[in-house]
Amino acid sequence: MRQVYLDNAATTPLLPEIADEMMPYLGKYFANPSCLHDWGDAPREAMENARLQVANLIGARSEEIIFTGSGTESNNFAIKGLAMARQAKGKHVVVSAIEHFSVLHSAKTLEKWGFEVTLVPVDGQGLVDPDAVRQSLRPDTVLVSIMHANSEVGTIQPIAEIARITRENNVLFHTDAVATAGTIPVDVTGLGVDALSLAASQFYGPKGAGALWLKKGVRIMPLLDGGVQEGGRRAGTEDVPAIVGLGKAAQLAAGSLTDRLNRLTSLRDRLLAELPAKIEHVIVTGVALPAQHRLPGHASFCVEFIEGESMLMLLNIQGVAVASGSACTSRALKASHVLIAMGLSHELAQGSILFTLGIDNNHEDVDYVLEVMPPAVDRLRQMSPLYAKFTRTGKGGG
Amino acid sequence: MPIYSEKVMEHFMHPRNVGEIENPDGVGNVGNPVCGDMMSFYIKVKDNRLEDVKFKTFGCGAAIAVSSIVSEMAIGRTLDEARNITAQLVADELEGLPKNKFHCSNLGAEALNNAIDDYLEKKKKQGGEE
Repeated sequence: MRQVYLDNAATTPLLPEIADEMMPYLGKYFANPSCLHDWGDAPREAMENARLQVANLIGARSEEIIFTGSGTESNNFAIKGLAMARQAKGKHVVVSAIEHFSVLHSAKTLEKWGFEVTLVPVDGQGLVDPDAVRQSLRPDTVLVSIMHANSEVGTIQPIAEIARITRENNVLFHTDAVATAGTIPVDVTGLGVDALSLAASQFYGPKGAGALWLKKGVRIMPLLDGGVQEGGRRAGTEDVPAIVGLGKAAQLAAGSLTDRLNRLTSLRDRLLAELPAKIEHVIVTGVALPAQHRLPGHASFCVEFIEGESMLMLLNIQGVAVASGSACTSRALKASHVLIAMGLSHELAQGSILFTLGIDNNHEDVDYVLEVMPPAVDRLRQMSPLYAKFTRTGKGGG
Repeated sequence: MPIYSEKVMEHFMHPRNVGEIENPDGVGNVGNPVCGDMMSFYIKVKDNRLEDVKFKTFGCGAAIAVSSIVSEMAIGRTLDEARNITAQLVADELEGLPKNKFHCSNLGAEALNNAIDDYLEKKKKQGGEE
């Protein structure tokens, strides 16, 4: 049976050439890069090379890159570390309602530490209004964090516009670029931000390898105390193989960004156009066609009258791996906070389904999804009391 | 999907007794869209026995498997016997349910009970009219 992996937002596969690049650092170059003897040279040089590769991907200087263990760590570090380093100035932080939990829950922790947090709303497409950010600012605001793009609905935010507002008001601006770095062009100067999170596991690198870019001169409170690794800002012996993998992933992404983007966009646009044409009562979540402010490989929908997990299971049986934001698929059994913040009803949000394409996918994969998805939906609708009610009364459709 | 037992997968893939009953003797509804699972059970009663049980379910794989097996466990039972079908029995019959799904998706026994209540109430009303 055909196997189609369409869950690249969860994680991308590790490219074989990246794995190959990492292997020596799991073997003969095992040494601690902090060591002064000869053994430390190769891992240290490889790490600094990776730092430059990551810096080049986002138009930064290599001394501004701090390696972390994940995108989640980068976000925790940015939110807690930047706010705590500025608490003498004020204790107010602004984040959007659709941030990743590593940002939202870090903001919650700040509340426990005496900060106040304002959640900026989004519109029906998941877009943050820069004016809403402006209105949320107070004299004691020390940090704004708005994600570059959302991995559940694919919406790309107007970061440069928001950065103009934070700069005018002398407030630090962090962006979670985990969904964008290595996928679309990311340039820290063009974006105008002060800090940016990224992770290798989203662009064909290994898991356990993230980075926080921090503009030169910006102070941050470390989360991990210990040695002076990463300029004393992130203690702990570095995971050199993972860092080498991140660097290689950054180099490969920088070299093929346009190719990847065009390829993914053409596949995405077919899903966005053809799935709702083939199945009645399907809505696109996020930005619909022409989908400029949308991640290139990202097609997300809500299918009315049925629930996401059962859809996911039927597709899984057909060899298609997807994700859903329904309550049943989350361990917390809550519907996606992103879809609810966008104003979708719980009923509709339960029917969430998310296809995230990768560089291994092709048009035959899309054909296959378009072939197996309609009968799966039909089958679940035949079982659904909501669909029965709709066909009886014509009511309940959205 | 190893979070579910083979039995759950089997009932999810081949659910028994899906549908509605025309002019049912009782209907029972449970759940709401916030929790993510909704079930409607329809029953036909003859000589105090469940002659037929059908269901429609909106929900996850567990919810569909639960509905299917409850319908199977209920058909042919007396009303009192059917009352004894509990969420725990349903989970056992399915060779276990994931912990976090036990409460939210395991609503089949409750829906069946509601349908029996509905039947008895209707009967009482009819009795009063006679």
